[in-house]
Amino acid sequence: MALVLPRSSTAAHPPSLHPAYTSTVLRAPREPLVLVPHTLTELTGPVYGQGKVRDSDADLTTQHGGEPLGERIIVTGRVLDEDGRPVPNALVELWQANAAGRYVHVRDQHPAPLDPNFTGAGRYLTGEDGRYRFTTVRPGAYPWRNHHNAWRPAHIHFSVFGPSFVSRLVTQMYFPGDPLFPFDPIFNGIPDERARNRLIARFDLAVTQPEWALGYQFDIVLRGREATPTEEPHEH
Amino acid sequence: MSTEPADTRPDGLSPSQTVGPFFHYGLTPGTAYGHVPVSVDGQVAAPGTPGEPIVLTGRVIDGAGDPVPDAMLEIWQADSDGRYAHPDDGRPRASNSFTGFGRSDTTADGTYRFTTIKPGRVPGPGGGEQAPHILVAVFGRGMLKQLFTRVYFDDEASNAEDPILALVPEARRGTLIAKRDGDTFTLDIRLQGEGETVFFDV
Repeated sequence: MALVLPRSSTAAHPPSLHPAYTSTVLRAPREPLVLVPHTLTELTGPVYGQGKVRDSDADLTTQHGGEPLGERIIVTGRVLDEDGRPVPNALVELWQANAAGRYVHVRDQHPAPLDPNFTGAGRYLTGEDGRYRFTTVRPGAYPWRNHHNAWRPAHIHFSVFGPSFVSRLVTQMYFPGDPLFPFDPIFNGIPDERARNRLIARFDLAVTQPEWALGYQFDIVLRGREATPTEEPHEH
Repeated sequence: MSTEPADTRPDGLSPSQTVGPFFHYGLTPGTAYGHVPVSVDGQVAAPGTPGEPIVLTGRVIDGAGDPVPDAMLEIWQADSDGRYAHPDDGRPRASNSFTGFGRSDTTADGTYRFTTIKPGRVPGPGGGEQAPHILVAVFGRGMLKQLFTRVYFDDEASNAEDPILALVPEARRGTLIAKRDGDTFTLDIRLQGEGETVFFDV
């Protein structure tokens, strides 16, 4: 079972330079990337230990003395490879603003209230079926200074480890129907509309729990797939 | 009503988005956010790990020459025998506790820092060997996807025969080679402009 990492799939990602997102202008390289073969270095990656993630890391509503304010939600989905196979033992890390759109981060000075009962960070290690599941509150939209009257659509940050170091993905999950989508240069930095829409979670009544919480499904597809026996695992 | 999709081949990868300015409490909480568990930090090798202990440090600098105070680096490396803590590298390892994986945010002056061990040579394409190196992913606000680069070491004669360095124009190879001073190797990462770091299409 050898891993292959098709380069063509990475066209789904945004380019490094997207001038509408002004912070990219001085942080995107100008020289072309140097194409290199996939060696053992690229084809391997960190393996996270089962014992290191606690069950309580997945419930962001029970990390303090009381319950956070906001709309309680369940966010679940599968981490998949490019062929749709589940990725087991994948570390999923998540962080987000509170219901008022305020991050607990010291550098967030947006005049919205902090919630003493909400930090907004969690972790999950996927099972054999590749599934993760978090309980949290729906984050609020918040302003930023990219351009006049700039607001980020509500989102949850995801960090995911796959089968190799170059499968690693940091992304954001959005909520269906957000009116801020057309105005957000980060979301629209992804050139392909179908690829953009893969970052929008799907409301799911089957995940929704009566009298308790709305449910959303968000599958995450990582780079990499298993080579068929006739394929050369190391691409040159 | 379940809207679970059928098990079919996905439409494509989930596209990348920036880590943003506020990742620290989720990814590099340190001691500032005590109730957030730390998944991984810049302490890659515990004391006593077989191999030569080193510090890898430097600054991340933007296209205006200013330090980047809100970047995050992740590194992936082999152990001192050149073996990876991963099932696809089936060779036995001297230490099962060394993962070869680390994560460091940058400070106000753009500095990252890892304490680790110097990796050994690892297998390369076509049955050859690569010079000792560390694979690096750079994340940050203003970066819609991570950039990949490598760190090599200036005291390694095998750099001259490394198959990956050989793909880099000679004039730019220096951007990948950390300079030794005692047990500390230093390499700045310049995202753009003069002396721009070589980034790889992996």
